[in-house]
Amino acid sequence: MGTECTCNCNQSKLDALFAQYKGNPNGLIVVMAAIQESQGYLPKDLLVRTAEELGVPLSDVYGVATFYAAFSLRPRGRHSVNLCLGTACYVKGAPEVQSMLEKEMGIKAGNTTEDRRFSLDLVRCLGACGIAPVLTVNGEVYPRMTAEKVTEVLSKYE
Amino acid sequence: MNFKELELLRATAKEGIKLRLGEEPSDNFKYHVLVCGGTGCHSVGCQNTLQALQKAIDSQGLQDTVKLVVTGCMGTCEMGPVITVFPDGYYYCRVQPEDAEELVTSHLKEGKYVDRLCYHTADGTVQPRKSDMTFFKKQKRNALRNCGLINQTSIEEYIAVGGFKALAKTLQEMTPQQVVDEVKKSGLRGRGGGGFPTGLKWQFVLDQKSDQKYVVCNGDEGDPGAFMDRSVLEDDPYSVIEAMTIGGYAVGANKGYAYIRLEYPKAIDHFNKALARAREVGLLGNNILESDFSFDIEIRVGAGAFVCGEETALLASIEGRRGEPRPRPPFPAVSGLFEKPTLLNNVETYASICPIIINGGEWYATMGTEKSKGTKVFTLAGKINNTGLVEIPLGLTLREMVEDIGGGVPNGKAFKAAQTGGPSGGCIPAAYLDTPIDYENLAALGSIVGSGGMIIVDESTCMVDLAKFYLGFTQDESCGKCTPCRIGTKRMLEILERITKGLGKPEDLDLLVELANSIKASALCGLGQTAPNPILSTLRYFRDEFEAHIKDKTCPAGVCKMPRKGLKS
Repeated sequence: MGTECTCNCNQSKLDALFAQYKGNPNGLIVVMAAIQESQGYLPKDLLVRTAEELGVPLSDVYGVATFYAAFSLRPRGRHSVNLCLGTACYVKGAPEVQSMLEKEMGIKAGNTTEDRRFSLDLVRCLGACGIAPVLTVNGEVYPRMTAEKVTEVLSKYE
Repeated sequence: MNFKELELLRATAKEGIKLRLGEEPSDNFKYHVLVCGGTGCHSVGCQNTLQALQKAIDSQGLQDTVKLVVTGCMGTCEMGPVITVFPDGYYYCRVQPEDAEELVTSHLKEGKYVDRLCYHTADGTVQPRKSDMTFFKKQKRNALRNCGLINQTSIEEYIAVGGFKALAKTLQEMTPQQVVDEVKKSGLRGRGGGGFPTGLKWQFVLDQKSDQKYVVCNGDEGDPGAFMDRSVLEDDPYSVIEAMTIGGYAVGANKGYAYIRLEYPKAIDHFNKALARAREVGLLGNNILESDFSFDIEIRVGAGAFVCGEETALLASIEGRRGEPRPRPPFPAVSGLFEKPTLLNNVETYASICPIIINGGEWYATMGTEKSKGTKVFTLAGKINNTGLVEIPLGLTLREMVEDIGGGVPNGKAFKAAQTGGPSGGCIPAAYLDTPIDYENLAALGSIVGSGGMIIVDESTCMVDLAKFYLGFTQDESCGKCTPCRIGTKRMLEILERITKGLGKPEDLDLLVELANSIKASALCGLGQTAPNPILSTLRYFRDEFEAHIKDKTCPAGVCKMPRKGLKS
């Protein structure tokens, strides 16, 4: 218990959440979402603490962590690149954008580059079908993407 | 705030938006310039256009006579940034920052609209006002009534256009049973996809005896190609809050949860702001409008799982568990959140409630067809000129949707099919363009209305590839709890992958049908039960394309990469 946060961010916010949901398994996803947000992934020590504080078996914590797409057990890249693979994006050329992104980054979607510059993920419908295909980098939206634009977009992020 | 203060506030607030409603204003504003702040417009730089407009208005000294307002989605997402100028509702498309000066000088100063920025149809005709536009003419907006008209998070503007009138009416004049009866009379059916009669659902929850009941809003819109819930949550959050509160009063609940998906950060933000503001003025919380009724709402953010759109999975997720569905019965109306009776409806369903309460259930039932009453929001996307958010009375034909509202297929290509209902739906080919859109007709064609996603595809889309796309989606999103869905969809996907690589065998098609039918019959929840629909419907109407892939090793649309002829599987 009481693992020190290594990046001195949001420690008090997490403590408050642990206090709020002490012994209450219903808060599991809320707490894990806060950890994911502040750390960028779910470090093992914090998951152990979550299990203890909320009174949930660690196996269930792991079960939830692996079930939802928002949670990651591994550290992520500095820039999070999400390509929408909703139907509108798909029929308007998202697969070509995907191949180009994978080629440029040298990784398959779902992974992080070795230098941790980028994480590339395919997401299911961002709900912006009018401007398909859609790419987001750290939440910033790039509408009407094409494979040709990939290099230029990526070069903006160090 | 009490009932009287609400009406007083409405009267003052209404003065501020009269110009937009076509009434004579008593303030000094000659023009209201509405800038669309919807996600589509936002991503193509509407904030720069907004700044440029502000600058031009200031530099021309018009700040006291022109009001600049950011609103939610106006509907034509393809043409962003979009702005509307009142009076008369002139509609400008793709307004860039460099257009601001001309727009302000010409329209706001000299009173002449700027032709080149107006909406032009494919044949070049100009449709300068909203009322001239074929895109809007056949629409009827209930759920979307405030989208694109009012400031997204201003409770004053919401109240000005009649907001919280329905809540005040229920609390002052109606018994819970009367509220439920009104919803029953409307014929409204669940807009999330199931199409279950909403009034009946409300009655079930009302009839339960329990010390605690809940109201839940399903805002986990995960269907690829559907974004109507996002627009309502972002652009008109108070309409959902008001309807959930009415639902709470009707069924006897004092606590609500709005489950909103993580992929919609702006919707979460706006809904949060709206909740705080509603609490602040006494329209949410203890003793609402100084009545005996108390109700509050909490947001739960989804964590990225399509299956959570399934009601029992969504409830599990709110409880902090893996979002896996469970067999029904018991239905959530009997045993839902924390095993208590729960009223669970989708965003668009809630958004339709207030007009029903104000105008009466019979009024709503005059729209639509015999068994499918009212209006339904569709998101029109894919290979179509006017992509966007569309609300129509049910019963409009597919042709009116594609040609009149959608403006046809771009680049002179031929319409091939409309895919409705996302991964749970199917394709409707050109031969059925004159079918009126309603729950029964689409089901008879092997598709569904579903949540309302409508993707138009043209001749350059391969239907086998499209079926594979949907199956890849459901396979990916299957929670894995039941075998038919977990393994069945995987086997179907493998077969489709083989076919698109030119390695299909003639007997594959029979195997696909057999697998599809057994998965439909045996899967635990809606996700699995409907997963085979895209395959069955493409096989029904486009079997020749499958056969071309298998027998001739060619992809008629030129999408799938086929190996040279003669390669052995």
